[in-house]
Amino acid sequence: MKNNNGYFGAWGGAFIPEVLYETFRELNQAFEEAKNDPAFRREYIELMGNYSCRPTPLTRADNLSDHFGGARIFIKREDLNHTGAHKANNVMGQGLLVKRMGKRRVIAETGAGQHGVATATMAARFGFDCTIYMGEEDVMRQRPNVFWMEKLGAEVVPVKSGSRTLKDAINEAFRDWVASMDDTHYVLGTVCGPHPFPEMVAWFQSIIGIEAKKQIVEQFGKLPKRIYACVGGGSNAMGIFQGFLDQASVELIGVEAGGHGLDSGRHAARLASDDGSPGVAQGYKTMFLQDDDGQMADTHSVAAGLDYVGVSPILTDLWEKKRIRFAAATDTEVMAALDLTMKKEGIIPALESAHAFVQAFRETGDMSPNEAIIINMSGRGDKDIFTIAHAFNDPSWKKFIRDKGREYESE
Amino acid sequence: MNLNEHLKNRLEEEKILLMTHLVLGYPSFDSNREVVRQMVAGGVDVIEMQIPFSEPMADGPVILKANQDAIAAGTRVDQCLEFAAEITAAYPIPFLFMTYYNILFRRGVADFCEQAATRGIRGLIVPDLPPEEGADYLAACGKNGLAPIQIFAPTSRPERMRFLAENGAGFIYCVARRGVTGRKTDFDQGFNAYLKRCRETTDLPLAVGFGISDRDDVAYLEGRADIAVIGTRTIRLVEEKGESTVGEFIRGLRK
Repeated sequence: MKNNNGYFGAWGGAFIPEVLYETFRELNQAFEEAKNDPAFRREYIELMGNYSCRPTPLTRADNLSDHFGGARIFIKREDLNHTGAHKANNVMGQGLLVKRMGKRRVIAETGAGQHGVATATMAARFGFDCTIYMGEEDVMRQRPNVFWMEKLGAEVVPVKSGSRTLKDAINEAFRDWVASMDDTHYVLGTVCGPHPFPEMVAWFQSIIGIEAKKQIVEQFGKLPKRIYACVGGGSNAMGIFQGFLDQASVELIGVEAGGHGLDSGRHAARLASDDGSPGVAQGYKTMFLQDDDGQMADTHSVAAGLDYVGVSPILTDLWEKKRIRFAAATDTEVMAALDLTMKKEGIIPALESAHAFVQAFRETGDMSPNEAIIINMSGRGDKDIFTIAHAFNDPSWKKFIRDKGREYESE
Repeated sequence: MNLNEHLKNRLEEEKILLMTHLVLGYPSFDSNREVVRQMVAGGVDVIEMQIPFSEPMADGPVILKANQDAIAAGTRVDQCLEFAAEITAAYPIPFLFMTYYNILFRRGVADFCEQAATRGIRGLIVPDLPPEEGADYLAACGKNGLAPIQIFAPTSRPERMRFLAENGAGFIYCVARRGVTGRKTDFDQGFNAYLKRCRETTDLPLAVGFGISDRDDVAYLEGRADIAVIGTRTIRLVEEKGESTVGEFIRGLRK
């Protein structure tokens, strides 16, 4: 993965206000030193093994494979990371970097809440103060994660500006950082934002692909034909794809949020739809969903973690170079794939991750049993219990909520 | 006469100049029109007109809300350009555009600069565009006679300030403190040392903004800086007391 002053092809860069110039200079320096220090990588790998169940398994999904009768399906289990998603890979790495830089407070944005929970966990473990910015709409739909962040000792600030989702939480985290950078590090959660964040987060997440490559060869005897990953900002996708980027025979597929459908205007497909266009916001240049004036659009997805206007500059570069193919899955398709995966394999993917399953299920039947595919399961679905129960219109769940409501009301 | 020379001439007559700010389309262009009239009547020397952007990263809650309300009310970049043409023809003082880079980028940086210049705009402030990312922008400003106003921060080192000043024109916008717009600034020893650093690194006039809100703040800057920037304060004033109070407020800043 090459970059030129923070650029990947025409994408990326560092469009930052002057007040953060020194902070980014220091961060770049700290990251370069850490990256070139074998002891740092060793400390990171040891921490992830001891604290976060790495290496995560590559699960052979025989029931799903037999059901579709095509390629053999393997699932990379990032849900088994501590805190239930790939987010921990990035957060623990940045936590070690924060210790090296001698800062004592961390801030983060969160959409689905997985990055927020991971950051709150890291802060608890390392003894940092922690503030999490989360769009008000996401606070509503990801309540369990808000609860855990607060219990872990973080302050959760609901962001009421703009579309009240992930991009607004990022803006608010930057507004905190321009005042607090002397003692605070902004733990950006994805492979977006100003340089060095895309490269740095990708570097920490590369652990997924490094493991997966070894595991698939051990279990299947050869490399997979295709790899599927959901793409919000793109960190889990970059994580697994990096293990296979230089293997031209492995096709890489990123799956974006199709929301109510690509024709509906209610989606978050920056690359898979025709609606994206080049822009510069949140400190970097990429393909955004925006209007003719450059005002960012309101995006939609059932999955809060994919509900974002921009996408990693690294992925945009690889898309432009046709190394990665992009597709989109609708909210409805996502629920069906989730249901099937639970019934067939006893595995509950997060709504975000289920987007990757949708595209894999569309394609696997036409492939040969001599071929393998990997689905990157970026996280577990437990956090989505309210959204999923609502989407399934589950009567016993509704009754439980009503009863609980009555119980609290009578207190 | 370029912006720098114009300001230096004005500084022969005034101990400190005043620059004010408004968000275009907030709450309406009619309101903007009256606010500008009041500001000019009150004696301001420069006005920066912010073209609203959906992600104003460097702005605090008041200006953030003004940006979002302006966009929600349907404000378009074309309307901002039309308004600029009208206003620059009507008043003799220099007007600037302040906005975020995507507004320029989406239109085409060269086109935007040309369109702004032909409508009488004298300079641009783009807080999320450091010179390293702005080669096209600096070239387009040069070609169209626009001053690309650069920003200093208290965290900027002297060598960085010199680099910024080399790439700037008109004046330097010195951000008074860390943080976003709209909060009070403490004028302490650190602040004075910062302004001294700014002065040592450039001959361009120094404008100081972020947290400047009353007569005392402006008086404190006399002799230390060249231009006091009033931003959030006048937006609040219009929200609370209406457009008609702006002229009187401005006159009171330099008595």
